[in-house]
Amino acid sequence: MNRSTLTALTLIAALFSGASHAAEIKLLNVSYDPTRELYQDYNAAFAKYWKAKTGDDVIISASHGGSGKQARAIIDGLEADVATLALAADIDALATKSDLVPANWQTRLKHNSSPYTSTIVFLVRKGNPKNIKDWNDLVKPSVAVITPNPKTSGGARWNYLAAWGYALKHNSNDQAKAQEFVSKLYANVPVLDSGARGSTTTFVERGIGDVLLAWENEAFLAVKELGPDKFDIVAPSLSILAEPPVSVVDKNVDKHGTRKVAEAYLEYLYSPEGQEIAANNFYRPTDEKVAKKYAKQFPKLNLITIDEVFGGWTKAQKTHFADGGVFDQIYAKK
Amino acid sequence: MSQFRAHSVLPGFNLALGFTLLYLSLIVLIPLSALFVKSATLGLGGFWHVVTGDRVLASLRVTFFTSFVAAVINAFFGLIVAWVLVRYTFPGKRIVDALVDLPFALPTAVAGITLATLYAPNGWLGQYFTAHDIKVAYTPLGIVVALTFIGLPFVVRTVQPVLADVEAEVEEAAASLGAGRWDVFQRVIFPAIYPALLTGFALAFARAIGEYGSVIFIAGNMPYISEIAPLLIVAKLEQYDYAGATTIAVAMLLLSFALLLAINILQWWSSRRGTR
Repeated sequence: MNRSTLTALTLIAALFSGASHAAEIKLLNVSYDPTRELYQDYNAAFAKYWKAKTGDDVIISASHGGSGKQARAIIDGLEADVATLALAADIDALATKSDLVPANWQTRLKHNSSPYTSTIVFLVRKGNPKNIKDWNDLVKPSVAVITPNPKTSGGARWNYLAAWGYALKHNSNDQAKAQEFVSKLYANVPVLDSGARGSTTTFVERGIGDVLLAWENEAFLAVKELGPDKFDIVAPSLSILAEPPVSVVDKNVDKHGTRKVAEAYLEYLYSPEGQEIAANNFYRPTDEKVAKKYAKQFPKLNLITIDEVFGGWTKAQKTHFADGGVFDQIYAKK
Repeated sequence: MSQFRAHSVLPGFNLALGFTLLYLSLIVLIPLSALFVKSATLGLGGFWHVVTGDRVLASLRVTFFTSFVAAVINAFFGLIVAWVLVRYTFPGKRIVDALVDLPFALPTAVAGITLATLYAPNGWLGQYFTAHDIKVAYTPLGIVVALTFIGLPFVVRTVQPVLADVEAEVEEAAASLGAGRWDVFQRVIFPAIYPALLTGFALAFARAIGEYGSVIFIAGNMPYISEIAPLLIVAKLEQYDYAGATTIAVAMLLLSFALLLAINILQWWSSRRGTR
């Protein structure tokens, strides 16, 4: 092989490597349990969008688990680029228990950093044999309610707070009456699973209970997957606006050099395409246009927010779910 | 020291001891001491406050009681299984033998979900219990079922080899000397396998105390009734209360250690009595 052919070969090699030199970026999204299907769809869509926009390949891995557990994993060193969790309290923990995100993380994106929202609805057996219409039907002695333990499940905290909010409204804001109402409700709970998926299994597969308190998207998914001939969704007169927030994990993206793509990943959730994917996975879109398009899919509900009624997550957590809090008192009284 | 040297066939006692200590430190002592250090951040008063909380005490009671019942059941039935596997040959024996190890291999969560499916009021087995007004899944009874399942191999696998060492001839000799069946069992076989049975019991017991995965799916997790201590640990972690969580863990560890120590002393005492 003489020198000129060698040079030619080198040139060709350089050309080829140049052509395939589009960067391959890895992104880790640490999320909670019921978003599995949502992010499966969304990750594919975003990879396509990012490729078209920048020519770079982005490979997104998603990790799912209980929201609190996931937050702890990130604190303990799981190198998540973005966190998409069930409650603001869990991302707050990333700021307070470590310095992975700044304290003002929730102000960085629109709608309290929650691109999609959800709420709590009732899933009942087909035909609604116990005629369950609203929260006050859940405290009747003959009704068995399935909900997970709020001490171990993020979703269960929303259930609990929604019930509390209903009781407050119907007892002219009397906290003692609300506690009595919620106590009665939990007296009707035969099985306290540790997570939301566990409760769904108990209700759906084991046939225990008359009503399951569930994330709206989980309820839709259960009906879709298991057949509309088995379950009905009941929308109570009032429920709570659940805002599952998202955030870039600053320390990690700066370390990985993925800040740009991670931020784009979250912003794209707010785009019409991202919003459509959320709506198709039964999350309520925040974009008004998309929300209008899917308005039929979601029952109209009177939604309270945690900030209005409970003064934010930190306060609600401390009053209700911390050790010795109201939830513990409910069970201690027995 | 010279005594050790005299008895050891293999050379390198110092090296082996050093290695053993290092290995135990890395695998057992360091993680455990980290646990103690973390729980120590609460101080003795804080420790006591957490451990003597109503709910924690109730969950410890549930955990230790159900584990004990499951270990007793396993000791009894595990012995029978080991006996059958050692003393008899029958078609499919190898398969049965392999089945015993299954609870080791199965992810505990899978075991829990399977058992809950079977014993739920609408499950294959549960429906017959329900017909007689017995609830298995979502009661402490369900916890016992799960713990019995995961503990079985410990008894069988510890008793099996010892039982195999007791030759059938010994039993025959005892019989020819006029011992009845019960006498043979009580005076010949049982003393020989007793230490192994006790070990199996202790292992099954200890394993059951720490079990989480299989139990939460079948327990129902009702506070004060069917809530196990490991679940409270998880609940505390959920509140980022690492110190509280490790405190319960340390309490469980100390209790388990005391129990295992007691069992070991019992074993040592009985083996000394046996050789006399």
